Amino acid sequence: MTAISSKLSTGKNDLSLLFKKLWAPFSLTPMLSWLCGALIAVLLEQTVGLYVAWTLGLPKIPVLFGVLIMLETPILFPSAVLYVLIIYILPVALIAWLTTSLANNLAGRLLDLQSWLAVLVHLALFYAVLHLWAEINDYRVLVVRLTLISIILTLSLNVVNGYMGEFSCSHPGFMALGAYGASVFTLALFTDDRTFGAPLLPAQLGVLMFPLSLIFGGVLAALGALIIAIPSFRTRGDYLAIISLAFMFIVKSLIENLDFVGGPRGLGGQPDWANLPTVFAWTAICIWITNNFVRSTLGKALNAVRDDETAADAMTVNTRQTKMVAFLFAAFWAGVAGGLFAHVLRYVNPGSFGLQKLAEILAMLYFGGLNSVVGSIVGAVSFNLVSEALRPLEIMKWIIIPVIFILVMIFRPTGLIAFTEFNVVNWIRPKNRIAE
Amino acid sequence: MAFFLQNVVNALQAGSFYALIALGYSMVYGVLLLFNFAHGDIFMVGAYVGFFVTTGALLLVSTLGLVALPGWVVLVLVILVAMLITAFVGVAVERIGYRPLRQAPRASAAITGLMIGIILETGNLALLGATRLSFPELIQTTTYTVGGVTLTNKRIMIVGVALLLMFALHQFVQRTKWGMAMRAMAYDFGVVPLMGVPLNSIAALTFALGSGLAAAAGILFSVAYPVLNPYMGITVGWKAFVAAIIGGRGSILGAALAGFLLGFIEIFVAVIFASTYRDLIAFSIILLILIFRPHGFFGEAHTSRLRL
Repeated sequence: MTAISSKLSTGKNDLSLLFKKLWAPFSLTPMLSWLCGALIAVLLEQTVGLYVAWTLGLPKIPVLFGVLIMLETPILFPSAVLYVLIIYILPVALIAWLTTSLANNLAGRLLDLQSWLAVLVHLALFYAVLHLWAEINDYRVLVVRLTLISIILTLSLNVVNGYMGEFSCSHPGFMALGAYGASVFTLALFTDDRTFGAPLLPAQLGVLMFPLSLIFGGVLAALGALIIAIPSFRTRGDYLAIISLAFMFIVKSLIENLDFVGGPRGLGGQPDWANLPTVFAWTAICIWITNNFVRSTLGKALNAVRDDETAADAMTVNTRQTKMVAFLFAAFWAGVAGGLFAHVLRYVNPGSFGLQKLAEILAMLYFGGLNSVVGSIVGAVSFNLVSEALRPLEIMKWIIIPVIFILVMIFRPTGLIAFTEFNVVNWIRPKNRIAE
Repeated sequence: MAFFLQNVVNALQAGSFYALIALGYSMVYGVLLLFNFAHGDIFMVGAYVGFFVTTGALLLVSTLGLVALPGWVVLVLVILVAMLITAFVGVAVERIGYRPLRQAPRASAAITGLMIGIILETGNLALLGATRLSFPELIQTTTYTVGGVTLTNKRIMIVGVALLLMFALHQFVQRTKWGMAMRAMAYDFGVVPLMGVPLNSIAALTFALGSGLAAAAGILFSVAYPVLNPYMGITVGWKAFVAAIIGGRGSILGAALAGFLLGFIEIFVAVIFASTYRDLIAFSIILLILIFRPHGFFGEAHTSRLRL
């Protein structure tokens, strides 16, 4: 903590001083307090949000923290700011400040009891906040689900491009394989579909078997990845970039030519099983597994291969196998993300897994930061939120977003939060204790 | 036989575009070791610049009541002017998107390239709106039939101009001092600047040459397919990128030949199978080529690493 405050005080501008002053009461506030505050805020929005919005002259509850309203009708700018202040910022700050010592106590006890229990409690609380916030309207639910899927995608690409240090362009292809694999699985087995006929198994079973269909999609994507991995890990350099690019085109073109999945028309009618809890659970599992993966011996071997393959080889790392495993791992998760994507939109077509998707995923990854789980999460969330928030600007959105990215790349070439380790316990620890 | 030759002619035309664009990728890769992902959109910019130069020139001629030059002279002038203007665009892209990132990981530079590409596309859409422009017809199409093969003067002109430009580039790179500096830089990026070769000027020159060729490709493309749209560069650009790779990174001859090869593969796949299978089979063949020749046809085994 002292390190951070001294860093802040060396910056002589007023802004950092102001920030420091504002932050001072919260320097000991643990994550638990913030979550409690957020919970109160979303409950407040649910109960009185609409009345507050009407009083302030807003037609309805601002969906994305008032940004959309500010851009659409600038005259309502002060009202939107006031709304955000009344509903979100003030309650969160107040509750967080009030509960600081209590929450520190509670968090410490939880952590002493069982660390996984503490993590689960925080996660449940976070989900509650997210769920209540999203419940206000369908648009929020959709945005949250797509954002969570983006997190899985970005994280899985980070394993290849960040931790392994290669440049892979095939993620839209893996996603397409996963999306179509999972869709065909559910459509053929559990639903009455035009192309696949009557369901083979009862539909009630389908919800329970949904994870299986996602895993099926993921495995299909991993098998596809094998096609790339076998030839491309013989040499180093930019080889993977090209082969994976060719693979992406091949997958897209293959699906366009497969008539039983609808060809270029796409495949629709997937059941609505990818609701918010399901997507959230999969995202949490993906973050957990990926974080453990990159912190394991295998993950460290992966870093060693990236930094110096010859040296890693000399240190008994089986470089080729390490790269293969990591690549298939990444492809699997991209496939799962694709399966979720298909069941969220309930329609897929090959056109959505092209170069634009690739640019999107790469942008999220390099914006957030390489070799960092937190970076991927930050990148995916900020990209999705910014691109939703700037929606009223229509075409100018696609000038502003690239400019932001170029600036980030110029000033932080490896992304916002790069090369950090993600330690959950450190995040949720009571702040009156020293970090591990 | 005539059928075969006819498709060879078609393939030569398609290959000309790919080859001209692939040269830009290949040169930038050879000198700076980075992929210029904005190159496809520079092709698009070139086509639009060509459009405006042409309409401007035609307008000038009609308002001033000058004696109208023959169409092909106008076309040559338009190509030269558009190449010059687009070269400046390319230099600007290098200055904004790549030079600040020269010490950064190359992947970051690839991202700025992608982003500049998006800016060029969207900027075009924002400035000109969604109406599709159509390229004015400068030369009347005349058709010749030689032994059952249909040739048009446009086709001959496209392939001829493309080959001429490639030859000019080859002469430039092999015969001039600047070309020698480029080759030296491609040989060793680290040491050559220490010998007094100006890195920034050479980088700018490389981008200028590549963009000029892309502009020429853009105009030739619009002569063949006169409808312009802001996203016309994406698919062509990425395919040319792949061609640059199978030619061997940094090899000018390789890029040119691979561009024509890609044209041949695409046209013949579309002829033999259905045209919907074009991308599928073309990229499968490319995948196979890369499996057996990882460094392309004329590339040397690069041990370059991503500077992470």
